[in-house]
This record gives sequence, structure tokens and C-alpha cells, in this order.
Amino acid sequence: MYTAAAGWCLPRLNNSIAAGASAECDNYTAIHVRFGFRTPQSEAQLIVKYEPVIGLEIHAQLRTRTKIFCGCSTAFGAPPNSQVCPTCLGLPGALPVLNRQAVDFAIKAALALGCAVQPESIFARKNYFYPDLPKGYQISQYEKPLALGGAVEVTAAGKTTQIGLTRIHMEEDAGKSLHEGFFDSDRNTYVDYNRSGVPLIEIVSEPDMRSAAEAAEFFTHLREVLVSIGVNDGNMEEGSLRCDANVSVRPAGQAKFGTKAEVKNVNSFRYLQKAIEYEITRQIEVLEEGGRVMQETRLWDSSTGRTHSMRSKEEAHDYRYFPEPDLPPLVVDTARIEAVRATMPELPEARRRRFVAAYALPEYDAGVLTQSSELADYYEQVARDSGNPKAASNWVMGELLRTINDRGMNIADVPLTPAALAGLVALVDKGTISSSIAKDVFGKMFDSGRSADDIVAADGLAQNSDEAALLAIVHDVMGKNADAVTQYRAGKNQTFGFLVGQVMKGSGGKANPKLANELLKRELNR
Amino acid sequence: MSTALTIADVERIAALAQLELTGEEKQLFMRQLADILAYAEQVQAIDTTGVPATAHVHAGQRTEREDEPRPSLPLNATLANAPDADRDAGLFRVPRVIGG
Repeated sequence: MYTAAAGWCLPRLNNSIAAGASAECDNYTAIHVRFGFRTPQSEAQLIVKYEPVIGLEIHAQLRTRTKIFCGCSTAFGAPPNSQVCPTCLGLPGALPVLNRQAVDFAIKAALALGCAVQPESIFARKNYFYPDLPKGYQISQYEKPLALGGAVEVTAAGKTTQIGLTRIHMEEDAGKSLHEGFFDSDRNTYVDYNRSGVPLIEIVSEPDMRSAAEAAEFFTHLREVLVSIGVNDGNMEEGSLRCDANVSVRPAGQAKFGTKAEVKNVNSFRYLQKAIEYEITRQIEVLEEGGRVMQETRLWDSSTGRTHSMRSKEEAHDYRYFPEPDLPPLVVDTARIEAVRATMPELPEARRRRFVAAYALPEYDAGVLTQSSELADYYEQVARDSGNPKAASNWVMGELLRTINDRGMNIADVPLTPAALAGLVALVDKGTISSSIAKDVFGKMFDSGRSADDIVAADGLAQNSDEAALLAIVHDVMGKNADAVTQYRAGKNQTFGFLVGQVMKGSGGKANPKLANELLKRELNR
Repeated sequence: MSTALTIADVERIAALAQLELTGEEKQLFMRQLADILAYAEQVQAIDTTGVPATAHVHAGQRTEREDEPRPSLPLNATLANAPDADRDAGLFRVPRVIGG
């Protein structure tokens, strides 16, 4: 459930995304060393002694143009309180009307995750007091959510596990509380309601994860699916994707779950795994010292790398849900489900497998290229048009991704068309230009919209495979570098690279490298 | 039929609703809330075997809107009723709600 404290309590933002959770894989051992158990047992014993149990609650903003119950824009970054109206401000008499697109996106997410979309779901009021919730309640779904069940397959540390999904329900986001950064922040909180009423789905997993790495993989997979089907933008920094973790530990072999703590405020991929690892270690430490884990909400603080208790008032969790009288039950018939299913693109996992099979790509390449459906579409067109899938992969993963990352662009905004890039790949394949020249041509093509053929012809970049011309350069280089030639002939093979470099330089980088190599070797060994 | 409702129940409900009640008010609301519950009990006494639960009388109506943006309120109207606001920053201002 989304509560007042989630996400927005600390306005600090982290500037990392999609670093890939696994890139930051501290293992438990490192954590244990860092915190230093006072008991004489080894870390290995402790890892065996306790089993972590983790479930995630993920809030994903649906990519609609307007809010879930009113026509206010959802665009990010607008001036505070410029995208609000009587409905999302909770003014008396304003009535909510459900956004059709939000429902379709929620259905699409449910189908992509293998959930059963329910023929009837019911919106409910979740009552609590917090300034970012202007109505005094959040419209959510409770007893009858939009979708039930589903599962995601996750591979962590070489082990593949099915992680069950409990449910997906629709709800509205709250506003944003600003607690810091004002001259009177010691006394006051400021509130911006632009987010109030932004459509969300909450995806609740079963407590099926047994390590922080597994949870990070699960979250990564979920993000990938949601982004690839176009229902969420995957942007954790802007708060459009958020994750809370329910963490507990239990003695190995015990069936009953331990007492859980809910870790909130994890607003970057990089920190999800760290936050869960910290919490696991903290709980084991509490138990080892003879203490008891408290059921509570804990906030992750990325600046200290710790979670800390968010002391909540007694009874704070009595939300007194009841059916929202202002909204009829949401009835979704089979025809609607099938209409949404018809818009479903190939899911990343399936596309990855197809790339490996159809284009003979390594798993790694296929994984990078299927990060987003736009990138995968781009790649496929380059691969088809150039007829060289592996070279296409190298160009897209190399120069193209590097350029767009350097410039902070999206693939959709790349001026270089896939067909033009395919033209460049073909020129290298035909031997018209060398791969190093091709990189320069790429740079010239990227913004100009000129074709590779055009640039190569205009700048005289075609590779020189004229044997007589190259031989002249080889002789010239040998004449000017008599010492190196002597050393090479005396058995110092390393000087060969130097001489090749001189030949390439002498040709203005245009010498066909293979031919230059052959000619130089032949002349040196003469 | 009398429904057992205590002063402690009233105090708990009042706390959830952020209300401060006087002793007299607590007595009054205890009686009124008990009356409401008693009425609900009368309704619950009716045999509804085989009748599906009804969340809404307009069930089955499809009332959804297209995802088309409509104008939002101008800032002065948005903040018009705010007990406190920073009008230049365009933000509502409330007493600090987080510890620390």
C-alpha cells in the first residue's frame, strides 16, 4: 500500500539509473565484515544460519497524458501547483472520472506479467491524514484489485526462481511534500500537488525472494517489461518508478516467517540491493544479540547507507478502507482484454532469445540491444538492411550507444537513421573503407543526415587497395626508418607494429590494412 | 438492539480523524454512532443469501473519459483557499510533518 511516507519524505535524488543492479553486487560477506558481528561465529555460519525473505511492492506511474481521475496534465517538471484542478485538489463536490487509457495500460501490464485480469474490480478509499493527500483519502483498490496472480522468472547467482505476484491494483499518487531547503524548514513543510492524482499501478510480489541480489534482479526484470510495453518510463529519479521492500529473516529451516520491516525511500536501482542487504544484516545482528525485530517502516538513507526507523503513530495503519462511492466498479470484459493484448509488443525476454537464435548474437549483445523496444527496433533494421547482424550489433552497442549516452539523448531522438547506419556497415563489409575511417564517417553522419557513400566520396575516404601505390608508401617508410627495419630483421618483431603504423599514416589512414600488412611483411622478409 | 460502543472507541475514531472532542461531544457522538450501528444491524438481519454484494448501485456502467488534457486552475485560484502558502513559489505551506 502506498502510504504517506513513501518516496517523498526526503527530497534527495540520486543521479543514477539502470546501472544494472548486478553491477553493484556486494555480497553478504562484505556486509558482515563491514558491520562486524560481536559474536564469535563466522560470517559463513551466519549466512547459513539465517534465511532472508523478501517481497517487493512496486509503484509504477502509467504513461498517460492526464491524471487518473481528471484532465490535468501529468508532464514532469512543471511549476509547482500548475497542474491541479478541483478534483485532484480534493475540493468539495468535485467528482472523479476514470481515465480509459490508464485502465488499458494497467491491463497491459497485468497481461505482460501473466496476471489474471479480474472482470470486476472496485476502487476503495484508503483513509489517512497527511498534507500531501488533499482529500484525506487515497483512491486505491483493496479487496477487489484489477489483477491477481502472475509470476516472473528471475535468475540470480546462476539460480533461476519463479517469483510469484500477488496482485496489481490501480491507484492515484499523492502530492509531493518538500521538507527541506526552505528558510523555515525547521517549522514548515511545503506541498506541490502536481503529482496528486497521477495514475499508478502497485505491483505486489509474494515473499518469494531469498537474497538481495534476487530482489534486485526481479525489480530490474519488472522495470524492463513495463518500459518495453510502453506503460512506464522507468525513471526512478523522477519518481515514476518506486520500490518498497518487505524484509525479514528467519532461522534456516524454519517455515514461519520472521517479523518483517518495510524499507521505503529506495529511489535508485543502485541502492535497492544495498538497502536490502543492509536491512538483512541489521536484522540478523538484532537476533544474534538476543533482540527482537520490530514490525516497522524504515527509511533508506543513501547518504549514510543505512535504514532508520520511521517512528509512526499508534494506529497509523488503520486505513478504514471502504468502497469509493463516487466511482462505479471497474468492469473489464474479455473483448477489452483481447483488444489490449493485441497491442502487446514482443516482450524483452522473448526478443532476446530470438536475437540469439536468428542473428547468432552472443547473449550479452542480445541483452544490451533489448534494453528498450526502441533500441531493439533500431538494431533490427540496421541488421536487416546491412545483412550483417554481428557488425550491426557492434555499431549499435558501440558508437551509437556511446554517442547517445555522451549526449544524454534518447534513441527516439537520434538523427541518424538505421538505414543510413546500415549503409556504413555495408561500406566496411565491402572493404571500401577501413573500420577506423568508418568511425570518423559515423561522427560526420550522426548529425548531418548525409549518407556514408556521400561522405566517403566527398572526403576521398575510400580505402586504398592499389598495390602499386601502397608498395611505394611501404618502400618510403622502410627508407625513412632504416633502424627499425634492421631491428625487425634482427628478430625484434615488435617493431613491425610501428612500421605498419607508419604505412597507415603515410596513406592518410586510407590504406587497406590487410594489404598494407601483407606488403610490408613481404618487403621486410625479402 | 443496543450496540456496545465505548468512549475509548469514540476517542480512537476521533484520533484517526484528527479531531479533538470535549467530554460532552464524546458522549453525544458515542450515542449517535451507536444509533447508526444499530441501524446497520437491523439491515444486516435481513436474509441476503444468494444476493451478491453490491458496491455501487450503478454497477456495470462504463464511465471513463478519454486521456485528453484539460486546462488546470490558475495559481491564484489554486491557492485562494489555502490557510497558508508561499504564493511566489506557488506552494502550499503546512506545519512541518516529519520528525528530525
